[in-house]
Amino acid sequence: MAEPVRVALLVTCLIDLFRPSVAFAAVALLEAAGYTVEVPRAQTCCGQPAYNSGDRADAKRIARQVIAAFAGYDYVVAPSGSCAGMVRLHYPQLFADEPAMRVAAEELAARTWELVSFLVDVRGMDRVTARWAKSATYHDGCSGLRELGIKAQPRKLLASVEGLDLTELPGAEVCCGFGGTFCVKYPEISDKMVTDKAAEIAATGADCVLAGDLGCLLNIAGKLTRLGSPVEVRHIAEVLAGMTDELPAIGAPARSS
Amino acid sequence: MEPTSHLFPANVRAGLADPVLQRALGLARTGFPLRRQQAIERLPEFEDLREEGRRIKDHTLAHLDFYLELYEKNVVASGGTVHWARTAEEAREAVLGICRSVGARIVTKGKSMVAEEIALNEHLEKNGITPVETDLGEYIIQLRHEPPSHIIAPAIHLMKEQVADAFRAAHTELDPERALVDPRALCDEARTVLRPQFLAADVGITGANFLVAETGSSIIVTNEGNGDLTQTLPRVHIVVASLEKIVPTLEDAATLLRLLARSATGQEFSSYTTLSTGPRRPGDLDGPDQYHVVLLDNGRTALLGGEFQDMLRCLRCAACLNHCPVYAAVGGHAYGWVYPGPMGAVLTPALVGLHEAGHLPNASTFCGRCESVCPVKIPLPKMMRSWREREFAQRMSPVAYRSGVRLWAWVAMRPALYHPMVEMKARLLGWLGKTHGRFRSMPLAGGWTLGRDMPAPEGRSFHSLWAERRRARGPR
Repeated sequence: MAEPVRVALLVTCLIDLFRPSVAFAAVALLEAAGYTVEVPRAQTCCGQPAYNSGDRADAKRIARQVIAAFAGYDYVVAPSGSCAGMVRLHYPQLFADEPAMRVAAEELAARTWELVSFLVDVRGMDRVTARWAKSATYHDGCSGLRELGIKAQPRKLLASVEGLDLTELPGAEVCCGFGGTFCVKYPEISDKMVTDKAAEIAATGADCVLAGDLGCLLNIAGKLTRLGSPVEVRHIAEVLAGMTDELPAIGAPARSS
Repeated sequence: MEPTSHLFPANVRAGLADPVLQRALGLARTGFPLRRQQAIERLPEFEDLREEGRRIKDHTLAHLDFYLELYEKNVVASGGTVHWARTAEEAREAVLGICRSVGARIVTKGKSMVAEEIALNEHLEKNGITPVETDLGEYIIQLRHEPPSHIIAPAIHLMKEQVADAFRAAHTELDPERALVDPRALCDEARTVLRPQFLAADVGITGANFLVAETGSSIIVTNEGNGDLTQTLPRVHIVVASLEKIVPTLEDAATLLRLLARSATGQEFSSYTTLSTGPRRPGDLDGPDQYHVVLLDNGRTALLGGEFQDMLRCLRCAACLNHCPVYAAVGGHAYGWVYPGPMGAVLTPALVGLHEAGHLPNASTFCGRCESVCPVKIPLPKMMRSWREREFAQRMSPVAYRSGVRLWAWVAMRPALYHPMVEMKARLLGWLGKTHGRFRSMPLAGGWTLGRDMPAPEGRSFHSLWAERRRARGPR
């Protein structure tokens, strides 16, 4: 029998804290695709908050920790374009001046993938077995779209979800205003950006909005619930893994049992 | 113009609260990107052209001294004069000196961002010379005594009603009962008022989109033809340009022109592309008697060889402004100086200092849309991050923010501490937010919850749940 292909899950700090179900959805999708999934406990965060705050020294320390934690796996998969983009594009740049670390960073970068692009581009998946009778629209997270070229992959898999009707979101490629530390430093600008995003989502008339990054989703969900909008907000992995029945939408109250 | 970039947060609040600005920005945020997209879809080789544009600019910057000297030699050979200006002040004095030498009273101007950068109009006025802006947008903001809010569409922050008000206030010689409703009427009125100024001007000042080393020519692009009238009618033509506008050959300029118009306005070519080489020659039908180029450095050569050199490739097309969601939210005046948007966020700290302009490279989500549309592939987000790194290293960012980041990183480096802390936080917030699924306000997240809810965590951390699942399943 062939050796199992070992995939390490890069959980991401936001999913770890806010929405572990997304990570479980990722595990379910990866296991169903035939991979052995492991979760290195030595991971915390990819270091983007430090990196984007200009704290390069701490970003490098955290990057070293991530590089060590994920050594030896066949693949590293993150249910986030932002965190996968950090590892794939920015880790090698962080160690541009340290040849040995740079090699290690590039080696990790080469086997690190965002979840949906991994399933489609590496595994060759073109359909899932999930069903969900809803109309949905999709927001392209900036890092996934522009750093990793993720555009067709999520649409391809969503098209196979039975009952799901996908409408394109005008301005899908425009940032929602989350921006990590940006929403803390410039909350008014961030709020204006997500206000525009929410209006465009509402105008599609879709029942729900999906994306591949929890940062964007928390921001969009927070705006939509504040506006009293009935639009559901979910991570794409939840839908692809068929977890929508048991799991309330982001920002929605827990279902009474 | 005195920078107010350090007031960025206050400028932002003013911009967000301005209904006229918000209406104007609402029209621009979809219009420009759509037209650019349509233009590049008609040109399959656009991506190759971007690469070629970058190559031309990089090559020129690598041999800047050579091309500048060649350019000067060819300007002189064609009968013109080059005035080298290290600073804004030297550039202003050079222009004033030329104007005085010919006894100029009225000066017409084509749109020039470098003239804005050196605050030329104020200097001329102070010295008794009347500058008249002839680009429609620049003319409008000159009447309103305000700076441009966009590098190719200076009055984009206004609606036509504000333009009509400005015209009524300024053109008191015209019938106060006249109708000024449709754009055509506004355009015609500006044309009527400006025409005698073109004829009366002693000196015409333009900027330059490109300076061509092999011929000593300057090139400007306009859509109104005002540049041509500015530079051919008066006795003296002064080109005010920064030195990175240089390109080696006319062929290079042609390549960059193909990128420029598509990136800027979605046109295949601007309506007018005008080349000037020296003063009027014997036998020429028209043209100025004198041709001067004031070549400005103002901190640019200090960027050569450093992490911001790529910024000197900039063509000033404004694609990065037009695609920036932050610019679209707050408008150009919020940036507090001449250059707004992503290119301004990188360039302004270099030209006026990081102490003044530190907010600008911070006010970005790093969405990367600017870099993806830049015709010469300037890595704008990367350079904004470089400014943040300088700020952090020099301890210029707020202490609370800096220590917050450092403390968070310290914890993130200790998984044995980090994981239980996240579990505690998930449980606490999950429990508190259980009923509503979200928080309407939250300590330490007051900015966020001002306009948004904070979705509540599910109640457990993933790592804790995973460890439990592993224990339940037993070792595999």
